[in-house]
Amino acid sequence: MEYILIFVAAVFVNNIVLSQFLGICPFLGVSKKVDTALGMSGAVAFVLTIATIVTYLVQTYVLAPLHIDYLRTITFILIIAALVQMVEIVLKKVSPSLYQALGVFLPLITTNCCILGVALLVIQKDYNLLQSVVFAISNAVGFGFALVLFAGIREQINLSDTPKSMQGFPISLVTAGILAMAFMGFSGLVK
Amino acid sequence: MNNNVKVLLNGIIKENPTFALLLGMCPTLGTTSSAINGMSMGLATTFVLICSNVVISLLRNLIPDKVHIPAYIVIIASFVTMVEMVMQAYIPALYASLGLFIPLIVVNCIVLGRAEAFAAKNGIVPSLFDGLGMGLGFTIALTMIGCVRELLGTGHMFGLSIYPESYGMLVFVLAPGAFIVLGFLIAAVNKLRKS
Amino acid sequence: MAKLESSFKNMVVSLSVIAVVAAGLLAILNNITSGPIEQSKAAKQQEAIKAVISDFDEIKAEEANGLNINKAYKGGEFVGAAVESKSANGFGGEIKVMVGFDAQGIITGYSVLEQKETPGLGTQMVTWFKPQGEKTKSLLETIFGYEVKTIEKNSSIIGKNPAEVNMTVSKDGGDIDAITASTISSRAFLESVRVAYAAYAAANDKPQPTNTDANSGATTNGGL
Repeated sequence: MEYILIFVAAVFVNNIVLSQFLGICPFLGVSKKVDTALGMSGAVAFVLTIATIVTYLVQTYVLAPLHIDYLRTITFILIIAALVQMVEIVLKKVSPSLYQALGVFLPLITTNCCILGVALLVIQKDYNLLQSVVFAISNAVGFGFALVLFAGIREQINLSDTPKSMQGFPISLVTAGILAMAFMGFSGLVK
Repeated sequence: MNNNVKVLLNGIIKENPTFALLLGMCPTLGTTSSAINGMSMGLATTFVLICSNVVISLLRNLIPDKVHIPAYIVIIASFVTMVEMVMQAYIPALYASLGLFIPLIVVNCIVLGRAEAFAAKNGIVPSLFDGLGMGLGFTIALTMIGCVRELLGTGHMFGLSIYPESYGMLVFVLAPGAFIVLGFLIAAVNKLRKS
Repeated sequence: MAKLESSFKNMVVSLSVIAVVAAGLLAILNNITSGPIEQSKAAKQQEAIKAVISDFDEIKAEEANGLNINKAYKGGEFVGAAVESKSANGFGGEIKVMVGFDAQGIITGYSVLEQKETPGLGTQMVTWFKPQGEKTKSLLETIFGYEVKTIEKNSSIIGKNPAEVNMTVSKDGGDIDAITASTISSRAFLESVRVAYAAYAAANDKPQPTNTDANSGATTNGGL
């Protein structure tokens, strides 16, 4: 039950993109088509889950016992950068088809703040390992959900007539605002 | 000196990180619920930008090409951690309200982007001015968004009451307002640039 | 100066030097700032106590019902207590408050230590349950000489004794008006006040509050 609550809260109530403002860059950058949006969400889900597990273990078994919490930001970002590289190399060898689908998005992920954000949030919220994993997966689902939904709407907007200075980024942002408003309807679903 | 002024103005106006380059959107949306929060976030980022630009420009010939990204990340992350510690110690209230977005300066595309695009290729003094210009451009943009959201949402500006709070449109302080205000501000800037 | 070539030795050396220097600098800064960080946390606690009890010269910490009670003494005489209380039923999660009582159990003040309520709605709890002070005139009101009337509300908990006043929202039959559009936040806040009084009463042999059921109302979803 507790895990279901974490899941619902992360996907709908505190959606990582629309109410926490993490991972906005890919949200606006790779949401022109539903296909690319799906690819990006897949890559993020993959890295996010692994990164959260690794950073959690490093925090619990290395940083906390040695009392060097102040090196957390540096360590986490290095782990994430190294992990992205490793995932890229392993994926290329093990599953070329998956690499084809996700490859182009992987380098963009290092500077996706939702990865570092979730890794830090897990520590802040004092979750245990299993809770952290559920939290990471739920946030990845929430990210994918928002991204694909948004890409679908954007495909429609591109076909319609928007005022000249609103074209492109501005109209996307206003759309995202309305989408965020819709997600606010979920607030209070989980206490 | 003239050249440095040009670099400075370039960051503030021509290549404004928020309105022209559209970089660093997460803190832009996440910390601008009031003018003062937006400004503090901008200043914290400016500090990191200046320091990392200067150090990276200083070390640019000592870092081998193949490892430049991890080296830059370590340098940037150290400065971010310093900002975090100092804020936590001396201005805890502000630290609490900006929260997670302080450590996330590390992944702000502006900082790494400027290190790559400018500091790695230029001398110390121009790099300093580039960091200052970009940082101020970012700060001005965040303060503007914060002002608009605070005014429309609560009737205040920098905490000063402009019109009664009960007439405010609360949605502008909440998440959707961030997207909508930024969207319309960028549209307005686009319009101004063209004419 | 020529750029260092990317030989294995150069890469390892430059990266490790940067990492060691960075770690060293941060360790030094950590030493400098860890003191002030601890101090500012302690000062926050002290200030919260001072904000709810006005006049005391000594604090003795005690525990009752699982809550921290800071008993305040002046010249050796018991003048009141600041109780750190909480409620898990807030709209956005846990709410932590410090509630001050005088020696008779009358609420002298409160301050919200931690909350994650909706900005602009539930967050109003910081001032809502205090008496309405002089309204600050906004700029436009001053210029046009027009005044927007504030709505009369009966929401202050200051100067009331939870043993006599029903500390629940008026919608649930209580005596306190909830924050407009934030009933859940208000219920959670008042729950934490009741819990605080129950702990205060247990520690000082005072009559239990009129509504001891800490969860009443807070779990029903009667609306926003």
